[in-house]
Amino acid sequence: MRRYVIRRLIQAVVMLFVMSIGLFLLIHAMPGGPDAVLFSPRMTAATRANLRHQYGLDQPLIQQYLSWLKSVLTGNLGFSFASGQPVAAEIGARIPATLELFAVSLSFALVVAILLGVISAVRQYSLTDYSVTVLSYFGIAMPVFFFALIMQEIFGVKLGWLPTCCRTSADTTGFTAFENFQDAVIHLIMPAVVLSFLFIAGWSRYLRSSMLDVVKQDYIRTAKAKGLASRSVFFGHALRNALIPLLTQVAIDVGAVFGGAVITETIFAWPGLGKLFYNSLQARDYPVLLSMLLLGAASVIVFNLLADVLYAVIDPRIRYS
Amino acid sequence: MLEVKDLKVYFRTREGNVHAVDGVSFHVDEGESLGIVGESGSGKSVTSLSIMRLLQIPPAQIMDGSSIVFQDAELVDMEESEMRKIRGRQIAMIFQDPMTSLNPVLTVERQLIEPLQLHLGLSRGEAHNRARELLEAVGIPDAERRLRSYPHQFSGGMRQRVMIAIAIAANPKLLIADEPTTALDVTVQAQILELINRLRRDLGTSVMLITHDLGVVAGMTDRIIVMYAGKIAETASTDELFANPRHPYTLGLLSAVPRLDEERPTELQTIPGSPPDQLHPIEGCPFQPRCPFVLPQCKQYPPARKIAGNHVAYCWVDVTDPEEQKRAMQRGFIPLTEIGRSYLAQS
Repeated sequence: MRRYVIRRLIQAVVMLFVMSIGLFLLIHAMPGGPDAVLFSPRMTAATRANLRHQYGLDQPLIQQYLSWLKSVLTGNLGFSFASGQPVAAEIGARIPATLELFAVSLSFALVVAILLGVISAVRQYSLTDYSVTVLSYFGIAMPVFFFALIMQEIFGVKLGWLPTCCRTSADTTGFTAFENFQDAVIHLIMPAVVLSFLFIAGWSRYLRSSMLDVVKQDYIRTAKAKGLASRSVFFGHALRNALIPLLTQVAIDVGAVFGGAVITETIFAWPGLGKLFYNSLQARDYPVLLSMLLLGAASVIVFNLLADVLYAVIDPRIRYS
Repeated sequence: MLEVKDLKVYFRTREGNVHAVDGVSFHVDEGESLGIVGESGSGKSVTSLSIMRLLQIPPAQIMDGSSIVFQDAELVDMEESEMRKIRGRQIAMIFQDPMTSLNPVLTVERQLIEPLQLHLGLSRGEAHNRARELLEAVGIPDAERRLRSYPHQFSGGMRQRVMIAIAIAANPKLLIADEPTTALDVTVQAQILELINRLRRDLGTSVMLITHDLGVVAGMTDRIIVMYAGKIAETASTDELFANPRHPYTLGLLSAVPRLDEERPTELQTIPGSPPDQLHPIEGCPFQPRCPFVLPQCKQYPPARKIAGNHVAYCWVDVTDPEEQKRAMQRGFIPLTEIGRSYLAQS
């Protein structure tokens, strides 16, 4: 197992290197550069050339790539074109907000999806099953941005129950620790629900079908023949087997959650990585974009590796060598 | 102890009702071993799953008028919560394929202590010790270590031993073994049958052994029921059935058994034709299209022909009548000489 993980990690490094080239080329293929977005249109050609030189944008592409790579390998992610701040600091400052949002919405999604998946499999073709099915298709079909806007309209504007933006209230001076926590929770609810909705829809469908598959297996009949109650049969015997295929889907989605986060964070003005990515994209802020894309790629790789390791934990038949 | 009366189990399909079990009555006495023999689709497994109430309903449906009485309690309409106290505790079951009948992601210990904790109320530690004893009782060496193993780490025969250990865990009154050796290779088959036999003697458990293999029941059971197309064709004590078979289908089964002691090897005997389509049951005796003894009155279901004691055959024809045999031989019937008897002697 350890050797397997090490081998996979080495593969990951090679993959990241290849991806860094691809991403670098793709970013530079985008129309307009940082100069077109950031520099004032009234700037003289000389000033413009001067600034381009300062940013290193006048060098050949290969040169730009190599100097970027060199700085990345030495642990320095470079400086943001837009803010002039170190990229590592820019990203580091956004990570807590995003982690908070991801952790809450993904765990929420997982718990709800498992419950819904098991219930609709156990009560196949019941009213509950049909309701969950309809809701799932709604969740899959509904674009995140539109759903977020509807939620904001209903719960933020019409009912006024939840704030529509930001991670905390603008002014938190004089808040006690508990009030701060309360404030954070209230702000978190809507973006977390919006972000988890898509995953709940997909994962519960996925688990439903794998549960339906598992409950037809002989060992489920054995479990029933022992006199076990349905609850023990489904949660003790069936669920663990049914989770194995879901794991793949979850790992891929968690790695890719970033895409959903960009939209959700932007709409809710959530000060996380998604929002930073959106802003950097607008500004063609190459150093920030590249670092974030690589971070995203690394997280996809890590979560896939994690899924493979978890397979072996859940399913004793799987052994890596 | 177990009394099944006029059991009818139909499966609803789009094309109509499949008559899987069609009016079967039998009983199992305390400490007795009953064999149920029949080919695939004869309804023997559905019968056993009906007793356990493990059929998926729908599509299966136990028809009105069916009765399964176990220790004075009617199982057909018993509450599910009551039924759970019978499953595993009073009636336990071993299934055909030990490769798929154990949960692949749980340790043997976890699967073995479930009935102990559930039915006997043992604590975790007591259950662990009892589980080890059970593994030893079914002949699994190094039981303490094997408890921590997963099913895939056992061979087929060993897995079936684990299944048996699970089944006898709560000391059930009746053990239903549904083709327990079909998925195993021949040498292991004998060991598993030997084990079931030994446990039956030691624990005084009644056994219902379901099989398509006459060789399996020959040395194992007190009584045999031969099933065909969801109905009972013949029933007798094991000795009597092999020595004096009275239903043309039983005759066909016995002559289809390949023999090692033949002087001149002959072609393998088969019963011509194929089992009937249970979606469209035949009027009268279901065996008539394949039967060399067939008579016009077979269009009506035959009454029970009492042979002797508890030996009953459902057939219009007296297959021992030389005239009837002569008639049947013209239709390709090969008389059974000493096959049944020699088979008994072998086992």
